[in-house]
Amino acid sequence: MNAEFGHFALILAFAVALYQMIVPMVGAAKGWSGWIDSARPAALAQFGLIAISFAALTIAFVTSDFSVRLVYANSHTAKPMIYKISGVWGNHEGSMLLWVLILSLFGAAAAVFGTNLPPRLRARVLSVQAAIGSAFLGFILFTSNPFLRLDNPPFDGRDLNPLLQDPGLALHPPFLYLGYVGLSVAFSFAVAALIEGRVDAAWARWVRPWTLAAWMFLTIGIALGSWWAYYELGWGGFWFWDPVENASFMPWLFATALLHSAIVVEKREVLKSWTILLAILAFGFSLIGTFIVRSGIITSVHSFASDPERGVFILFILALFVGGALMLFTFRASSMQAKGVFAPVSREGALVLNNILLAVSAFVVFIGTVWPLIAELAWGRKLSVGAPFFEQAFTPFMIVLAIVLPIGAILPWKRGKPGRALRSLRGALVFAFAVMALVYAVSTGRSALAVVGAGLGSWLIAGSVLDLWMRIGKSGLSRLLRLPRADWGKALAHGGLGVTFIGVSLLMAWQVEDIRVARLGDTFNVAGYDITLEAVDQHPGPNYDSITATMRIARNGREVATLYPEKRVYPVQAMPTTEAAIASDMFRDIYLVIGDPQQDGGWAVRSYIKPFATWLWLGFSLMALGGLVSLSDRRYRVAAGARGAPAHAQPAE
Amino acid sequence: MRALLLCLSLLLALPAFAVQPDEVLDDPALESRARAISRVLRCPVCQGENIDESNAPISRDLRLYLRERLVAGDSDDHAVQAVVDRFGEYVLFQPPARGVNLLLYLAGPGMALLALILGIAFIRSRNRPEEGPAALSADEQARLDRIMRD
Repeated sequence: MNAEFGHFALILAFAVALYQMIVPMVGAAKGWSGWIDSARPAALAQFGLIAISFAALTIAFVTSDFSVRLVYANSHTAKPMIYKISGVWGNHEGSMLLWVLILSLFGAAAAVFGTNLPPRLRARVLSVQAAIGSAFLGFILFTSNPFLRLDNPPFDGRDLNPLLQDPGLALHPPFLYLGYVGLSVAFSFAVAALIEGRVDAAWARWVRPWTLAAWMFLTIGIALGSWWAYYELGWGGFWFWDPVENASFMPWLFATALLHSAIVVEKREVLKSWTILLAILAFGFSLIGTFIVRSGIITSVHSFASDPERGVFILFILALFVGGALMLFTFRASSMQAKGVFAPVSREGALVLNNILLAVSAFVVFIGTVWPLIAELAWGRKLSVGAPFFEQAFTPFMIVLAIVLPIGAILPWKRGKPGRALRSLRGALVFAFAVMALVYAVSTGRSALAVVGAGLGSWLIAGSVLDLWMRIGKSGLSRLLRLPRADWGKALAHGGLGVTFIGVSLLMAWQVEDIRVARLGDTFNVAGYDITLEAVDQHPGPNYDSITATMRIARNGREVATLYPEKRVYPVQAMPTTEAAIASDMFRDIYLVIGDPQQDGGWAVRSYIKPFATWLWLGFSLMALGGLVSLSDRRYRVAAGARGAPAHAQPAE
Repeated sequence: MRALLLCLSLLLALPAFAVQPDEVLDDPALESRARAISRVLRCPVCQGENIDESNAPISRDLRLYLRERLVAGDSDDHAVQAVVDRFGEYVLFQPPARGVNLLLYLAGPGMALLALILGIAFIRSRNRPEEGPAALSADEQARLDRIMRD
């Protein structure tokens, strides 16, 4: 009964979404307030119904109800509870249900927190949001129903792919979807504004918190995925330029651009139509990502078992929404009257450059991702585009971005003097060059990557510190805490980018790797660390067998850590996984992997010393924290208060 | 111990894991060249992994073949070409910048240039109103000068 109940709730949600799509839009056009006001309860009801449906599927997984086909295909009674729950979205159908759950959550949040919006705009936003919801609910119900039953329920399930049996699965997809799908709100606002034909500073102020929230979640989601790959895949790679990773990276780049251009609309009322276009593109690329992951059109390690019928359906949704929005855009963009004027060298000019760099780099990622497809369709050639291409084509944009960022961040609005900005940043410049000299002296004849990356990173960090410093002026440190939160957010996010730059470049340039056969009791030296293979034991886990090595690490005779790298075999899927053991501190990770037993009695052992790996995750965390702090800025609450709205109207906090 | 042996035999039957110790060449210079090359070669049967990370048996064969070529004295380019001759350009993670692939390589810089031109044109066009009415004609200037002198 439970599965049928969930299915029924989903069908009801589809009906409510169709209502919410049509009635408020008509009401807003005709000025019928009853129809306009019905958008809010509909948004809440839609969310409630999808939540019930999602709960029903979760119950089926938790109770191992193998009469449900999806549970049979992706679960097993012996699987630990956390993976029974996270297994709900470890497959195509369940993850799609999570997708619409989050979509309707954002719709409901817009209904609850949007009390300060003009009623017509709110009705239109919720209607567009429901249009997206109906399309995807229809997609689930007609092609990917998670509640299908089996005629003869088997005794046990086929288990979840062992690579996915990791806490990473519990966290990575929900955050990623909160980001992906959160961009739908910016899209809905953009389309609603196009329908109304009006974009002003107030509109930008309403859109910005939603974009900021989505961007923050997307940052966390991407970082979690990267971290997961780092410790799970057994050799410490953190980014592969895989099509599916690119699919999450492109919306991130566009969301970052949107975040910055919305500031210009808010403060200066220019770049309006460009900002609208970015909002459409950011969510459009989320949809393209969904298409890439689920259509199987581009091969990738991440994609779900693919089905052409589903691909065509999603392509249709993509064409409908992006095509429709762009069409609307071409008709209405000219009605967006810009107000402010500015010189090329100014904060606005710098933000235009930021937008150009981010949008073009996203375009480069896009071209590289779809190039194999184009080559096959147009010339019948089967070729590959991978990490070496992206590193070469993408990196220059990031270098330019990093050079310009600290200068642009302190330029005044309207008109600035580059010489003056550079003078106030000379401390940061000196610091960056000092770091470059230091890195050059420390590294022995290796690539320029370390020097350039560390220099740019230091420049970004020092630039952010100086930016805060200049804002305090002469009034001392007490002013520091009273700065607007947005200023703090900006400094944290830009500094975080710098920390990430340092982490990526030093990790890639200075990594040391050692592959060898070690016998029990052997001690070997890797980059100054003495590593001893003490023991290898076998023990059973809940649903796997484990071979665990005990490895002692010492440096100059002093004990550093004892690590227990593992190799697991999941019998149900007959698949081995490696569980690397990592000892982290601020300046390096020691990363150990136990491999296969050798014929002469030793074990294959891989050891990596990864300098500054922690900085990667630290940098991402700082960026996300910057988003959070910015989101809590008073300005967004005051914007609500000024309209006499209740004090609880804090968007998306 | 029996259980351990059983498990070991099971493990041995499973795919090996990326670069194995027995593949590593004695000459560190040759080995590091082999590693660098195998990071840009795609495993022909996997989904987007290079042969350096891949666990597939064919990747192991490719890694060994590559090392054979290097030991035999091939240059990097020749060794890569030997693999491409067998498996086609699909195995190259970085397609050669020739022919139609030039489009791929020029798309980014071209787009950047276009965006910069459009951006500058946009800022220029926005600024025109601020410059105020057109400069004074010679006639008006003369009149203004006369007034100022008075």
